[in-house]
Amino acid sequence: MTSCENDLFVLSLLSMTRLTKADVVHVAKLAKLNLSDSEINKFLPQLSSIIDFIGQLNEVDVKNVEPTAQVTGLENVYRVDGLNSSNYLTQDEAISGTDKTYNGYFKVPAILEGRTDK
Amino acid sequence: MNLPLTIEETRKGLLDKKFSVVELVDEYLARIDRNKDLNIFLTVSKDLAYKKAKEADKLIRTGIGQGQYPLLGSVIAHKDLFLTKGVRTTAASKVLELFIPQYSATVVERDDKAGAIMIGKTNCDAWAHGASGENSDFGPTKNPWNKKFVPGGSSSGSAASVAAGLSLIATGTDTGGSIRNPANFCGVVGLKPTYGAVSRYGVIAMASSLDSIGCFGHTVPDVELMFNVTKGEDGYDATVKNSKTPKLKNSNLRVGIPKEYFTVGLDKEVEKSIMSSIEVFKKEGIEFVEVSLPNTKYAISVYYIVQPAEVSSNLGRYDGIRYGNGRRSFGAEAKRRIMLGTYVLSAGYYDAYYLKAQKVRSKLIADFDRVFERVDAIIAPVMPGAAFKLGEKVSDPLKMYLADIYTASANLAGIPGLAIPSGFNRLGLPLGFQLLGPRFSENTLFGLGKMYQQAVSYKPSLAIK
Repeated sequence: MTSCENDLFVLSLLSMTRLTKADVVHVAKLAKLNLSDSEINKFLPQLSSIIDFIGQLNEVDVKNVEPTAQVTGLENVYRVDGLNSSNYLTQDEAISGTDKTYNGYFKVPAILEGRTDK
Repeated sequence: MNLPLTIEETRKGLLDKKFSVVELVDEYLARIDRNKDLNIFLTVSKDLAYKKAKEADKLIRTGIGQGQYPLLGSVIAHKDLFLTKGVRTTAASKVLELFIPQYSATVVERDDKAGAIMIGKTNCDAWAHGASGENSDFGPTKNPWNKKFVPGGSSSGSAASVAAGLSLIATGTDTGGSIRNPANFCGVVGLKPTYGAVSRYGVIAMASSLDSIGCFGHTVPDVELMFNVTKGEDGYDATVKNSKTPKLKNSNLRVGIPKEYFTVGLDKEVEKSIMSSIEVFKKEGIEFVEVSLPNTKYAISVYYIVQPAEVSSNLGRYDGIRYGNGRRSFGAEAKRRIMLGTYVLSAGYYDAYYLKAQKVRSKLIADFDRVFERVDAIIAPVMPGAAFKLGEKVSDPLKMYLADIYTASANLAGIPGLAIPSGFNRLGLPLGFQLLGPRFSENTLFGLGKMYQQAVSYKPSLAIK
């Protein structure tokens, strides 16, 4: 951990149980959710009380405990690296979930706006 | 028509020509139509059901060998989280309001091949987020025993459908109790298999390290049969393991009573009912010992870190571009869990929450592993009380989350759980208990469950006449 990361970590521990409106707005942005003001005001106390509650894990000693990654003890599951027509959708099937298609492709909202070369 | 209440009765009635599959479908559809106010079905697949029924009747006329089509003519309802080719699948969310899958889940295909007749798709908490069935974007499911009460969740419609006789059997998913809880509130048998025993392929993902695919029926032999039809590798879900489920041993079994599950907060009537069930087992020669699962008190905290973290990741794919509506269409509970999960995984918090939770999870697992060195199974309550009233807990999400206290540990540890009805409380609402066992010990749980139902001469009854 660099000292900067370290500071950030300490800071996050200090602020762990104090969720602010800015935190909610930030998290919503990370999760690509557009929340209204009334939603933010509703979620803030609800999320705060849940985060306070899960903070109880602070009291558990986990020294020398490995985190769980998988519960049934599976290791390296392989499959044949080959094509099997029942494993994929046809192009028509793949685009059947939307009306917004063009020549067999998905139409997506423009990322770049306005051309500057004309 | 007197509806058959088990898979065996259905098969026998069909082979003895007491009724046809088409007549069964007629009857179930009529019952679905009469009970629309329970809001159990989101989609009824009438035409497909009749097509399959006619095919099944034709098969019966040409002759069916013993053991062929083990679910012959059994009318099944699938939780609307299971993809069904050509039949709308919504996850009870407005995001997928108009989604028609291009393929079916492994479990749907296997039930279909075994002769089951799909009648429709059942309501549930949207994306399986909930303990009451009230988080559906299409309105709450009602408990068929009393419409003022919740049926439990998240597989609300599936459990209610079996209890009300709108289908004989049903499928469900259990991520933190979502099969055992509604089975308990609706008075039917519900199985949450070992993690990785049944393929998740084609089942809309909630929390991938916890999701377990199971089923509902009136009796233990029925869920055992459905489990045997659906379990095992399919080549599409890498976590599925073809484990040899050990046969039920002949010597007397020993069952643990975890002291942490029988403390403050457990409803007296629930406790009394479990204690009398223990007496039933004792008369059958089962030995009971007190055991301790000391980290139980942390299960909810671990669960409400790991689960929302995985939820936020799994729901990241819904962008409204390739199929479905955009992210604005998520309901309040989905948004809450996406936010919570994104928060615990975000920079600076990952170690403090997610990593810490996965370490405490290891301690919870170690508790179970230690206890299962001494006992063959554990008996426990499913829910702290019987079904609660609609609307009672909706305004306080934390209170609703705490309802998972007795169920979530099994998902964190990946062990199987079997919920069994044990009577009714003074309000006429179902009571029950769950049996938990080591990974892949389903046969032991079935053995104990059948022993109990035989000992009490269990006769399934429908909530709706």
